[in-house]
Amino acid sequence: MKTEPHQEPIHLCVNSHAAALPKVREAVRGAARAAGFDEESVHHLILAIDEAMANVIKHGYEGRSDQPVEIELRCTREAQLVGLAVTIRDYGRQVHPDSIDGRPLNDVRPGGLGVHIIRTIMDRVTYCPAEGGGMRLEMVKFRKP
Amino acid sequence: MTDTIKQIRRLPRATVVEAQGEIDLRFQPEFQRAMLEVCAEKPPVLVVHLGEVSYMDSSGVGTLVKIAQTVRHYDGKLALVSPTPRVRSVFEITTLDRYFTILASEEEALAL
Repeated sequence: MKTEPHQEPIHLCVNSHAAALPKVREAVRGAARAAGFDEESVHHLILAIDEAMANVIKHGYEGRSDQPVEIELRCTREAQLVGLAVTIRDYGRQVHPDSIDGRPLNDVRPGGLGVHIIRTIMDRVTYCPAEGGGMRLEMVKFRKP
Repeated sequence: MTDTIKQIRRLPRATVVEAQGEIDLRFQPEFQRAMLEVCAEKPPVLVVHLGEVSYMDSSGVGTLVKIAQTVRHYDGKLALVSPTPRVRSVFEITTLDRYFTILASEEEALAL
């Protein structure tokens, strides 16, 4: 029987360095399990958020490794659906949300797969320029009913 | 040997790379460098054993695409062997499971 989510939101602030990724993955694992996701979905959530973090590091901050990235993980409920809501806030380069898109998958070449992975795994993905600079990425994934 | 390469075995007509660990943004440069060095030897069959890779992100998959293109350029063959379900799911999400030859055992790969 799936439990109801009850934990407080988790807030993390890490540097834009690849070495921070395991810490974020662990936090996502804990939050996703607490929200009642099955292990396959937990892995998918970790992957999607890892890809979003990698994009912030590579594109938002263009490889600068000492910049702040704020992450919030919180359980959410909409109608009968229970899920995990994730916000990733950076202070790097601002881009138009419409320009953030995965490339066609039949164009097989290295790179450019992160956005496709994020959009495939998450049920809702919203990029927006953040007030004061940088980007805010809001994502939600719901548990299977 | 490294954080991402456990062992490299050079056989008469194939080279087997046993990958390991987490192939993510941190270790992808090291993994790609090692794999390109193996490709430079132009083994007729290159087998990448993924059974001990606990995590792979799109940067790791991208490296394998680059290796596949390099191997095909010299008319070699590349096989990926024994990915865990989690690693395999990254190939499935990106539909690259149709692009790569993914096999259950090293024996099958060596028969290519």
